[in-house]
Order: sequence, then structure tokens, then C-alpha cells
Amino acid sequence: MLTKRIIPCLDIKDGRTVKGTNFVNLRDAGDPVELGAIYAQQGADELVFLDITATVDERKTLIELVRKVAHAVNIPFTVGGGISSVADVSALLNAGADKVSINSSAVRNPGLIDQLALEFGSQCIVVAIDTRWVSRDNISLNEMSSQHVVHTHGGRKPTELRTLEWAKEVENRGAGEILLTSMDTDGTKAGFALELTSAVSGAANIPVIASGGAGSMDDFVDVFTTGKADAGLAASIFHFKEIDIPDLKHYLASKGISMRLTD
Amino acid sequence: MVVAPYLCTSPVLIPEPGFLIPMQTVIIKYNAGNVQSVMYALDRIGASYRLTDDEAEIRAADKVIFPGVGEASTAMAYLRERGLDKLIPTLKQPVLGTCVGMQLMCRYSEENDTTCMGIFDIDVRRFPQTNGLKVPHTGWNSINQLRGPLTEGLPDNAYVYFVHSYAADVCPYTTAVCDYVRPFSAMLQKDNFYAAQFHAEISGNVGQRVLENFLKLP
Repeated sequence: MLTKRIIPCLDIKDGRTVKGTNFVNLRDAGDPVELGAIYAQQGADELVFLDITATVDERKTLIELVRKVAHAVNIPFTVGGGISSVADVSALLNAGADKVSINSSAVRNPGLIDQLALEFGSQCIVVAIDTRWVSRDNISLNEMSSQHVVHTHGGRKPTELRTLEWAKEVENRGAGEILLTSMDTDGTKAGFALELTSAVSGAANIPVIASGGAGSMDDFVDVFTTGKADAGLAASIFHFKEIDIPDLKHYLASKGISMRLTD
Repeated sequence: MVVAPYLCTSPVLIPEPGFLIPMQTVIIKYNAGNVQSVMYALDRIGASYRLTDDEAEIRAADKVIFPGVGEASTAMAYLRERGLDKLIPTLKQPVLGTCVGMQLMCRYSEENDTTCMGIFDIDVRRFPQTNGLKVPHTGWNSINQLRGPLTEGLPDNAYVYFVHSYAADVCPYTTAVCDYVRPFSAMLQKDNFYAAQFHAEISGNVGQRVLENFLKLP
């Protein structure tokens, strides 16, 4: 049976792992290669590396890091952050990344999704959607999720795009997966945005990775049942050992959720 | 670096007296996207290899790996341009096709109506979109009804990583079955030809074991 996936996310700055609350106050949580290999050994189903300060100068550091990670881990991993061209994607895949995640560049130029899917195949193109609840009293909308507005630039810049419609569009353009982050729940440890995740997962016929808000093992139960997510992603709770991945996977399995147990 | 418990079983690199030429594994070079991941996986298990599309070099290899990610008709066109579609079915040494590589070793793929190499007399069909199951089939799924040397040491219901929208039906060549929408061939074998629909190169310790089993073949 196809399992639900547990994905630790490693935010990378200057080749190091960092994670803060609501994307500020970054704290150093270790060496990404070592951390990635440990997670793979512990039974993580996949890894995501997000280069949160990607600039041209830092690109070479990132490529070198990707190469080291690819050597050290035997599970799929995704690299995101600052990717805006076919050449960027080509360099990362050639360094050993299995998938790339694009965000702001897809919003700016949606045709990039089509172009990347055609060039490299949908299976390696993840579109990250950062979304935030925006109250607009002057607009009457039927669906609750329609008021979730897509944001870019680490969640700082609102766009004109509504989350559900954008999710369907990225699927139609050839995205292979959606990495959905609720900026409202991110860093709160109060649970994933279940209604939003369920709405996006129901609308899209591609896997949805839910991100933002994981604080307890039951939050993962909820995101896989009520939230209908295909994968659950978290960072600090794993990095700071608040939740142990083997414990989490056994707990989820005991709740009847299909899990790959490696021990 | 993750060290798996069975890392020391690699058949290469330590030449014994009278054995001066190490075993040569060749990865067929073509426009498949995951070649790099396959190379890293072989590095992890300490196997030496060469990436090539040279006919003589492929013929002389002890083992041939035929990877694949991408679209079937484009990949077949590329193979035809280089005559690899004629070469691969005539190889005598163990050959392992993965993912799209496996599909191209079948008779026909529904993906853009593609005639393939026909090593396995079976067709590759798209998953229908039913029961709310998402296509592509993406993630870790279990394989069972295991047989043949490549699955040696694997428990029934071992988990491996899949990403694909097309699959070969279960047939007499099937050596591992996976179930998603319908039962399909996760692995095939006919004589010296082996194939896996999943990505052994990123399927954790299970995938690593499949690769090691392949490299250990006589």
C-alpha cells in the first residue's frame, strides 16, 4: 500500500541548517549533510533542502552541498530556493538532486512550470505554495480557501493568486507535487492548516506535501486523515528532537496510517 | 555517510591474485534524468562503473545498467538514433533496466503510442484516474510475491520508492508485484534481463540491496 510520507525540511543558509519562527530569528541546527544522513537512517521518507538566502554567489556552495548530500543519502531529496531557470534546475539535478522546488519564480512566470516539466519531467518539479489567510470584507467568496492568498519571498509578499486556483493551475502546467505551507500556522506548533490542506488535496490530482504548524504526533495524524495530505513536512521539531522520527512513524502506524517502517 | 550493515558484500575493487581486471559495470548514457543518482548509489556501495553509449564498451561490460526518467517516445527516439535499441536486446551479460528503462524493455508503451524494444513481451499502460488515487503513483509502496536473485534477502512487503504514471501488467516474467489502482509488475526478469519499475537508487537500504544483488550476479 502506498504510504504517507514524513519529510524533514532543512532550511539552509551559507551551507548550514537553520530554522526560525515565522521565518525570522534563525537558529543554527547543524550540518545539513550529517543531519540528512541521520534522518535517512532514522526512516525519513524524503528530505527537503530549502536555500533561504539563495543569491548568485551562494549558488556554488549550494551545488557543492547538493553533491555531498546525494552521496550520503539513499532516499529522494528535493532542493528549493532561488531557482528561476532551466539552467538552475539542470545544475541541481546534475549535482544529484532528485527534485527541485520552485516558488516565487513560478508565480512571476507560470510558463516556467511547463518549461521545466517538458525538459525534465513532472516527477522532479515540485511547486511550493506559501499561503496566508487574508480577510477581504469587500469580497464575497464561496469557498473558505479562496481567501487563502498565495505569498512569495518567504511569505512576505502577497500576490493576486488564490491558493486553490493556483494549485489547480500548477498541476495543469505539469507540476508533479505541491508543497503547501500555511504561513498562518508555520512556526506556531499548533497544528497544520487542516481545512486548507484538505481543500488543496481534494482539488489537485497530484500529491500534496503539507507544511507549517506541526507540534505533536497527533498533528500528523490529523494532517493525514482530516487534511488528506500525502506527506507531512516539518523542521524544528525534528531538528531539536522534540519528535523522534521512528517514534512518530510507529505512532502513525498504530493509528492505522500507512507507513514505511524501517526497523 | 550512512553505512548499511551489508556494505561489505561488493564484488568489486579488491582484485585477488590472478584477477587483475576488476569487474566493469556500465551505465548506458542517454537522455535519462536520474543517471547521477544511479552513479551516487553505486558509489555508496563501492562499485566501480563507467557511463558510456559506446557499443563496444557496453558489449564488453560485465554488467549493464539502463536507467530512465522521462518520456518514453523521446527516450526511444534517442536510443534508435544511436542504434542502442538494436544493441540492448542482444546483450548477453546481466542487464538491469530501471523505471522508464524497464518500460522501454517492454513491447509497447501507451505513453505517446511508443513501440519499445520488446525484450519483455508485455505492454505498458497508463494508470486510470479512479478511486481518488493520484497519478503519478508517487512515494513508497510495498512489493510482494518476490522471486529471483535480485530480491534475495528482501522481506515480503519491502518498501521502495516509485514515481510513474505508466506500468507493466503482471505477467509470467513478473518477479515482484506492487498494487496501485491495479496490481502491476514492480520487477521483471527474463534470462539475463532484469528490470525494476521503482527507483532502486533512492529506495533506502532495500533499493541498495537490489543493486548489490544485481552486481553480485555471476
